[in-house]
Amino acid sequence: MNLDFTREELDFRQEVEEFTRRELPPNWDNQIVFWPGGYGTIPIFETEFQEVAKEFSLKLSGKGWARLAWPEKYGGEASVMKAAIVGNVLSYNRAPAGGVASSIVAPSLILVASEELKKEFLPKIADGRAGFWLAYSEPNAGSDLAALKTTAVEDGDDYIINGQKIWSSGAHVTEYAWALVRTDPDAPAHKSATLIIIPNNASGVTIKPIVNICDIHSFNEVFFDDVRVPKKYVVGEVNQGFYNVMLALQFERLTIGSGSFRRVLDELIQYARENVRNGRPLSENNQVRRALVDMAIEIEIFENFYWQSVCMLEKGKVPEIEASALKLVFTELSVKLANTAVDILGPYGLLDKDSTRAPFGGRVGIGYLDSISGPIGAGTSEIQKSILATRGLGLPRQ
Amino acid sequence: MDFELNEDQRILQKSARDFLKKECPKDLVRNLADTDPGHSTELWQKIAALGWMGLLVPENYDGIGWSFVEQAVLLEEMGYALCPAPFISTTILGAQTLLMSGNEDQKRGILPNIVAGDLILTMALTESDGGCEPSALNLMAVREGDKWVLNGIKLFVPDALTADYILCVARTGDNSSPEKGLTIFLVKTKTKGVNIAPLKTISKDKQYEINFNNVCLKPENIIGPVAGAWPAINAIINMAGLARAAETVGVMRAVLEMTVAYAKERVQFGRPIGSFQAIQHYLADMWVDILGARSLVMKAAWKLATGRPSDKATGMAKIMVGKAGRKTTTTGHRIFGAISFTMEHDLHLYHRRSLANDPTLGNSDFHYEQIAAGLEL
Ligand SMILES: Cc1cc2nc3c(=O)[nH]c(=O)nc-3n(C[C@H](O)[C@H](O)[C@H](O)COP(=O)(O)OP(=O)(O)OC[C@H]3O[C@@H](n4cnc5c(N)ncnc54)[C@H](O)[C@@H]3O)c2cc1C
Repeated sequence: MNLDFTREELDFRQEVEEFTRRELPPNWDNQIVFWPGGYGTIPIFETEFQEVAKEFSLKLSGKGWARLAWPEKYGGEASVMKAAIVGNVLSYNRAPAGGVASSIVAPSLILVASEELKKEFLPKIADGRAGFWLAYSEPNAGSDLAALKTTAVEDGDDYIINGQKIWSSGAHVTEYAWALVRTDPDAPAHKSATLIIIPNNASGVTIKPIVNICDIHSFNEVFFDDVRVPKKYVVGEVNQGFYNVMLALQFERLTIGSGSFRRVLDELIQYARENVRNGRPLSENNQVRRALVDMAIEIEIFENFYWQSVCMLEKGKVPEIEASALKLVFTELSVKLANTAVDILGPYGLLDKDSTRAPFGGRVGIGYLDSISGPIGAGTSEIQKSILATRGLGLPRQ
Repeated sequence: MDFELNEDQRILQKSARDFLKKECPKDLVRNLADTDPGHSTELWQKIAALGWMGLLVPENYDGIGWSFVEQAVLLEEMGYALCPAPFISTTILGAQTLLMSGNEDQKRGILPNIVAGDLILTMALTESDGGCEPSALNLMAVREGDKWVLNGIKLFVPDALTADYILCVARTGDNSSPEKGLTIFLVKTKTKGVNIAPLKTISKDKQYEINFNNVCLKPENIIGPVAGAWPAINAIINMAGLARAAETVGVMRAVLEMTVAYAKERVQFGRPIGSFQAIQHYLADMWVDILGARSLVMKAAWKLATGRPSDKATGMAKIMVGKAGRKTTTTGHRIFGAISFTMEHDLHLYHRRSLANDPTLGNSDFHYEQIAAGLEL
């Protein structure tokens, strides 16, 4: 047991911190309201931040930091630890980085895709030219993804795709769908789905905005009408899509902006020290002290889980149960942190991002709303608990 | 970075598990819980023979000289088995205080005997206020010629009736601040004027009230600096609190194991109750709590082991595990149903242990304040 970072890792962290301070636009933090563990305030899914995000990810890839976890063969360093350090520092600074492409699509491609697909997409992902969105959910296929209806029918060298996806975060600001579709209407659901890449600019793709409760256009509904996609865009094997998506979901559940929780805690502590209520600094109020200590404890546990999963990946193990536990813990923590922040700020917690009086640029109020999405997205808390109980503890399925 | 136990630690874990399974069955736990002083000399001697008492004691005092990481591994197993022994009292409250503050004669005189299993120690800290902040410690020791005379009452002293020595924290002057003026005295339990009475607890652990009535001690009974013992006491509270948390993680693990087994086997409505989602989700929550609890305990243990500042980490473990231990055992009862509400069933034994470990040796007020200070609040 050794919970220290190595000298080399600490130096690397320092380098990433300096880079981030230098390269982030000076006013960046005041423009965005990103809340840890939420899925509705991620700036890289918003149109207005695309320019900054693209510029920043080019600089990141210039450093080689977008592909640190990839095998050397594909230009990486095979270091999950270094990738996690980058993710940790960037998310502490709420930097516009770490999209679906680099954190979910790329590791999945590396594990299951053909060499041809890897050659085509990995370099584009590394320098931010190929952005992806996740096309899993449909109006009638949420937790029960196996109920999906979007079809792909063979036609010569192509597939013809028809159907609808929904809650498609970032579909309007990216280039490709990472889509789960049905390739065999007769087989049972788990043996009939295929993972395929669909270019957004293919004819027949229609993307319509949906505004979330934070008043942000981050997700969409997407319609596929006779969309023609070459067969070579199938990821992994045909009819093995479910298995491949489960793999990708593990990466998704680990993609969590690990540093962003501590950032909010640090800010709340500072706020409590600098603001007076009832004649005393908030930091001397016993309830505030307790609430912040409780948050510090939960963040400590979350970080332990996080680095533990990183160490597992570093050793070549795939954290399955661990990914579910981590996803459950950090999204529930997101809700508790938001509630704690609202309690501490009192009426100031209600102020919206346009209000000049809003502490933290309105992040707390919006964050409170966004924290609702954490335990819903990427597999609900209920689904995670069922995974832990059945796959982890071996309890009988219903 | 590496969260896993090394080879030696895994061997220790396995051998402790095997030993306790054999030597510490539930009927022994039950018998000792219902008697006073509730101590098995036989079990104690066997534990000593395994070297456990000397795990944290350096080799030059006959110990093994391992670290708190190994101690935590061992304690989790002892908690899992509900091992009834004055182990934390002796190895932490006693031996660690001596190691930290004792002079060479005191260490040589006592530590090898602790390691051999021949001496049991404890510490008398808490008084009527129930806490262990410096301002709550007011039992007086007054100097009369070449003697010190102790008068006052200590409460919630663990394992006092089995102990050969009590380390009594007393106030000896310098009242400029509550932290100042505290001194540790080594008191033979048999000394004239030491009156020990059991405190009957629902947790069925062994806690006592001690009345010090004109207890006369010599200067060589003082451990560490006169009127300067608080830093050592503070460190001991943290270590002992962490030890209790480590034990509770074992208790939680046992409860989860037995509850999962029951949920797979108990049939209602024609199917195992473990197939009901309400039950599954309770169990998933218990499991996640255990993983979180262990991660905090091991991190704090590692910090102690490597000489890093550890008060904040220790407090986090003590607070979280205290709450989670009670929650886990309570949920266990819920899942077992009425059968677990009987004296005959074992679950209440686990519940009592996790409860006992929570408010003692640094209650949550103490640790909350310590962490808040660490966060610069
Ligand atoms: C902000 C946000 C962004 C998202 N982005 C994307 C995206 O980019 N791409 C994408 O594909 N999807 C995305 N999603 C969708 C997300 O994956 C789904 O919301 C999620 O899988 C749950 O599906 P649902 O919302 O249809 O809820 P439902 O599945 O209808 O669930 C409703 C309730 O029923 C419970 N429930 C359902 N089944 C069970 C069961 N078996 N046992 C117990 N309880 C059950 C759920 O836990 C929940 O409480 C996003 C969602 C949000 C909120």
